[in-house]
Amino acid sequence: MKRDLITSAIGVLVLTLLCGILYPLVITGVSQVAFPGNANGQQIKVNGKLVGSKIIGQQFATQVVKHGKPQVDKNGNPVTVPDPRYFQSRPSATVPPYNAAATAFSNLGPNSVATEQAIAANIQAYLALEKPYVPGLSAATVPVDAANSSASGIDPDISIANADIQAHRIAAVRHLPLTQVHQLISTYTHGRGLGFSGEPGVNVLQLNLALDRVTGGH
Amino acid sequence: MTFLGWLTIFLFVAVVTAVAIPLGSYMAAVYTGERTFLDRLLLGPERLLYRILRVDPSKGQDWKAYAKSLIILSLAGWLLLYFILRTQTLWDFTGLNPMGFHSAPWNVTFNTTSSFLTNTNWQYYGGETTMSYFSQMAGLTVQNFLSAGVGICVAVALVRGIVGRSGKSLGNFWSDLVRTVLWVLLPLSVLIALVLVFQGSIANFSHYLGFNGLTGLSQTIAMGPVASQEAIKLLGTNGGGFFNTNSAHPFENPTGFTNFFEMVVVLAIPAGLVFMYGKMAGKRRQGYAIFATMAVMFLGAACVAYVAEAHGSPAQHAAGLHTGVIAGSTGGNMEGKEQRFGIAGSALFDVVTTVTSCGAVNSAIESFTGIGGAVPFANLSASEVIFGGVGTGLYSILLYVVLAVFLGGLMVGRTPEYLGKKIEAREIKLVVLGLLITPLAALFSTALATASSAGRASISAAATGPQGFSETFYAYLSQANNNGSAFAGYTGFIQPNAGNVGSHGVTFADLLGGFTMIFARYAPILFALAVAGSLAGKRVSPAGLGTMRTDNPTFVVLLIGVIVLVGALTFFPALLLGPIVQGLTGHLY
Repeated sequence: MKRDLITSAIGVLVLTLLCGILYPLVITGVSQVAFPGNANGQQIKVNGKLVGSKIIGQQFATQVVKHGKPQVDKNGNPVTVPDPRYFQSRPSATVPPYNAAATAFSNLGPNSVATEQAIAANIQAYLALEKPYVPGLSAATVPVDAANSSASGIDPDISIANADIQAHRIAAVRHLPLTQVHQLISTYTHGRGLGFSGEPGVNVLQLNLALDRVTGGH
Repeated sequence: MTFLGWLTIFLFVAVVTAVAIPLGSYMAAVYTGERTFLDRLLLGPERLLYRILRVDPSKGQDWKAYAKSLIILSLAGWLLLYFILRTQTLWDFTGLNPMGFHSAPWNVTFNTTSSFLTNTNWQYYGGETTMSYFSQMAGLTVQNFLSAGVGICVAVALVRGIVGRSGKSLGNFWSDLVRTVLWVLLPLSVLIALVLVFQGSIANFSHYLGFNGLTGLSQTIAMGPVASQEAIKLLGTNGGGFFNTNSAHPFENPTGFTNFFEMVVVLAIPAGLVFMYGKMAGKRRQGYAIFATMAVMFLGAACVAYVAEAHGSPAQHAAGLHTGVIAGSTGGNMEGKEQRFGIAGSALFDVVTTVTSCGAVNSAIESFTGIGGAVPFANLSASEVIFGGVGTGLYSILLYVVLAVFLGGLMVGRTPEYLGKKIEAREIKLVVLGLLITPLAALFSTALATASSAGRASISAAATGPQGFSETFYAYLSQANNNGSAFAGYTGFIQPNAGNVGSHGVTFADLLGGFTMIFARYAPILFALAVAGSLAGKRVSPAGLGTMRTDNPTFVVLLIGVIVLVGALTFFPALLLGPIVQGLTGHLY
């Protein structure tokens, strides 16, 4: 018994040093040398200024300003409207949307009225933004990823179907030929892992950055 | 549904098999003291560790001594982890708390400590809003190794009890643990972590990144030493995410490739242990039979989940969405799923981590369809024997094997024996107790939490109707099975502000969950070790014509039948009230 106590006390300390200090230090050290870009989150800089991470989604919206005052909600988060000059990311359940410092699921159940209402609201928002440019669009033709919130709340991707619908708005607002927008979409579409695992996705941040390079940003 | 979706599922089983067979042989060598290719590197550190720990690795332990060492080490681990988590700001001098997070309250910490100690990794806290890097590394990562190691030790001890011919000894716990960490967990974790960083996972100690995005809105991105913890989280079937959204977070699981890779990593050791068992028993077919049992049940679960999720949910259809496959989108129930994983990658991941005790998630299980969500329920109801957790899976299914042998023996009117050892009243009593403890703990805790207002306080506001019961039931089923996945709306920790200022835990849910996890982890371990001790001393009689074979398809069918029967008899009434009701109706609540 006493022997076990001594061994256990030493054991947890030794294991902490080995697995809790040494191992993470080695992994982090090697990663910082071998893959510094990835290890630090694939940061994207424009003119030396950090604007995001390649694999973390963003909300492409602007804060509402009333009487010269930027509007905030009761929690102090900005009240926003989608910026029509940009491709829009998926609905996000974090507060505020695309909060990469506090990720969260929506946890909306499959048979809940709350879920139906949330999805219906997302569909309405999508139609309000896209229907002027795609007259035939209806709830039944809205891609599911545009109406359902993602898991992480910071999904960097949208589906190709979703991007293709938004392309019409982008082309009109930015005065670009539709074919050029489609070309940009395919440039920033990643395939499946090993050709079969997962689904293709369009990286929204990279696509929007490319648009800004073509026609100028804000 | 798509062809590539189905291909992913079947290819996955093939890849897991291909990885598990050599890994099983390797682990058999590790635990029988045969030579391995890492010996040259590791024999020195091994000897050094024995000297520091003051143990004699050659000294065999009977089941009681083995259990005593295991329990005392676990106790020490619990105390140290609780201390580290509660004194989070004390370690700020290391520079590993750049965001200045305070400790979570005592009740949440009780739950978290019990959770990581028992390989459950149930998380009421959000990693990036609660834990310092120091707590994640020196606290949680360590327990990821330790709890996985303990599970594997118990499995190895039970195997020795079943196949051994050397009297009462089950081996030496300290030696098994040291060899598990040095030969299996650490080297594989290093490899896996580096693959993950190569694919886009992060590994740094930076302050969170703050900046203004393209449209001028501010964004903050959480950072940290993610890859090292991610690797052992999956390999040790722990499942506790560095971030709140676990393997759905792009820094934990950046690509379609890593999604597949992570799933293989989760099943590698649980499946490998089955082949290890066959090799250590000197009867590989025994391992194949168990593997076949697991693979059949696994494939069944994966197919049901994929079909259900591809079909979409009643809420989607009520809102007017079309959930079929169209050009550029595979449709399906994308609520709480990531685009890069898609439906098949999410459904399969969910099955992989709920058949094992991993409990990592790459999608929101609470948002799965009724039937899709019933699959993880069913997996948990089978007491984690379909591959199961590292170690727990093997020792639990071996208990089922003994039970099946006993029932089979009764049917044909023979004295039941397994691998030549007679199964008698004492073993069967221990086996049945070992198998029923977990379901009893799950149902008892669920009943308590459903019937009391203190328990119902944890149900999320949006979970109306049967969803609220599903949330509660899943919470205690998951904690009792040491799984850790969640219908994550169920809460034990209110965080009004980021940085957990003014936050408080829900004492009832935290404590009930914590005790459920500890009880349902260590009671079955003791019963499994007792079975091992009871079998270890038995004489081996040669197989005769009348001996029931345990390595043919008939036995596989019998074993599946026993597992399904026990699971269904204990859980069916409760399952009916939650996920099955939701799966059978298009009604919204």
